[in-house]
Amino acid sequence: MLPTITRQGRLIPWLYLAPALVIMLIFVVFPVFNTISLSLKDKTSTRSAEVSCVAGEPCWGKLENYRYALTNPEMTQALRNNARWLILMVPGTVIVGLLFALLADRVPYESLAKSIIFMPMAISFVGAGVIWRFVYHIESGGGEQIGLLNALLVRLGASPVAFLSNPAINNYALMVVGVWLWAGFCMTVLSAAIKGLPSEVLEAARVDGTNEWQLFWRIMLPMIAPTLLVVTTTMVINVLKIFDIVFVMTGGNFGTEVIANRMFKLIVTDTGRSMAIAVLLIVLTIPLVLFNVYRFRLQEREE
Amino acid sequence: MASVTYEHVYKKFGDVVAVDDLDIQVADKEFLVLVGPSGCGKTTALRLLAGLEEITSGRILIGDRVVNDVAPKDRDIAMVFQSYALYPHLSVYDNMAFGLKLRKVPRQEIDRRVKEAAEILGIQNLLDRKPRQLSGGQRQRVAVGRAIVREPKVFLFDEPLSNLDAKLRVAMRAEISKLHQRLQTTFIYVTHDQTEAMTMATRIAVINKGKLQQLDTPQNLYDRPGNLFVAGFIGSPAMNFFNGKLVKDGEKLIVDTGDFAVPIPAERAKVYLPHTGKNIVFGIRPENIHDPDFIPPGIHAEKVAARVDVTELMGNEIFVYLVSGQNTFIARVDPRSRFRIGDQVQIALNMDNFHIFDAETEQAIR
Repeated sequence: MLPTITRQGRLIPWLYLAPALVIMLIFVVFPVFNTISLSLKDKTSTRSAEVSCVAGEPCWGKLENYRYALTNPEMTQALRNNARWLILMVPGTVIVGLLFALLADRVPYESLAKSIIFMPMAISFVGAGVIWRFVYHIESGGGEQIGLLNALLVRLGASPVAFLSNPAINNYALMVVGVWLWAGFCMTVLSAAIKGLPSEVLEAARVDGTNEWQLFWRIMLPMIAPTLLVVTTTMVINVLKIFDIVFVMTGGNFGTEVIANRMFKLIVTDTGRSMAIAVLLIVLTIPLVLFNVYRFRLQEREE
Repeated sequence: MASVTYEHVYKKFGDVVAVDDLDIQVADKEFLVLVGPSGCGKTTALRLLAGLEEITSGRILIGDRVVNDVAPKDRDIAMVFQSYALYPHLSVYDNMAFGLKLRKVPRQEIDRRVKEAAEILGIQNLLDRKPRQLSGGQRQRVAVGRAIVREPKVFLFDEPLSNLDAKLRVAMRAEISKLHQRLQTTFIYVTHDQTEAMTMATRIAVINKGKLQQLDTPQNLYDRPGNLFVAGFIGSPAMNFFNGKLVKDGEKLIVDTGDFAVPIPAERAKVYLPHTGKNIVFGIRPENIHDPDFIPPGIHAEKVAARVDVTELMGNEIFVYLVSGQNTFIARVDPRSRFRIGDQVQIALNMDNFHIFDAETEQAIR
């Protein structure tokens, strides 16, 4: 006699799955294919993208929108900027988050400290962008500096800095906002991992002869490595999609353009190109998502 | 190799006194077991010695050196933890080598010591594995191996066998004893299991509520418990206790429990005479209560009426649960006994082997 659960036939499991499958089909699978198909059309979304080719210039035929996405000067700038964001902001948030997690673990008012660090996550990103635009504000008419940083600089006798319009520094100024926003997330996840380390193992290491520095590098870090990896890949995905901060603070001007902002700008004026950028973004994130899934499975098997 | 000294050591967690005026001298090469019920402060006492907790007051010495302010890594101790506490990301070999690498021991020397320890513990074939691929018993061996390779002055064990199954525990018990023989180093071992304490220790420190109750050899603790707690804690099944009074009946001194009265043999009476009239606790171990049909020759047997409540056959002996008035007690009797549940019997107490404690102070009268 089989237990009831295995006797319900082949149809019943599909019945249970159906609501989720239908919703996924409508809201995920269909839009993906629709996006791909639109990315092969021109700005009217009715003709093939080929029609926007200009005679005498390079043309990728049906894939003309992808030529734009990969070679247009504004797009190459966006791609370059996204790469900079990745290289600086991902390690920035993870390291700052890890540092706060380690330090918060050792102070008596830990939950207060962590709440403060985590607070920016509770603010909408647009709100954060507005706040930081004030912080970075420069009064160019010769009036009194009301931006926090420039007011400070002037008070200290320095001349005001155009944080958001000077291409040499504005990208970094935006990344600071990104780190400010996301470090709390990294801290929370890593703090949980650190708290989960068995105390006897850490004590064994201390008895074995580690100082605090060695304890961190040789015992704690390898033990939280899986979490560190998850946080890092999650941050890579977040940074690839970075949009709000740039959109609110500079609108992608002054050399701060990023992929997602480009996509947003083009959505109305040239849907085909916008969709090609969207597909590009998906293609960039897919390997990371797959990697996360693979790690997750590996971890499950180990346990 | 070194002695260990606790000098009036206190440890307070807020208002809770975990270790209360602990004063112990452990000789070099001794195997000292700290035993007591859970939460009695024995593990805290060990952690104070390891440097994992700070001493509130008092001093701890390893050899001649006061170690109160010495970091764990500089105390020249090695510790085996209850959960084994192996480094999950390192192989068995690297787990054992870790402490030596930190101390910059030459590679060849590390290799020699790890291989030697692995051989002693029979884990040579596991050196490449990760801890999660090992069974509980194997992890335990690695944890011990990690301590051995360090060649410390003092080995600390914090309930190392409590996560193992019963059979493995008995085997590891013998192995740790052998290890002590072989290494000739000071061992300090914490357990709540009095059998472990009795079988391995050269001396046992019985601790209760943070206080040292008695420190003596296993045999002395068993034969001459200093107070009611030690008497009840050491021995399995535990000693039977009866509340009673010391009364004089003519020339005889009698223990009167209200349910039965037994005379104290003349040669032992002298000690108790000054306590006549006092409320006392009369203690007798289960093996000193006999089936009246199988009384060993040459003992002072006193018969007491009791009813058989439960019998447990162990093969080589029978545990008999008896009821006499208000008192219930256990006897370990000859396996040939034919007690049946509900029987009224005249059970024989061996009055050459009993203990009397002051009911108020709970100290042994002797």
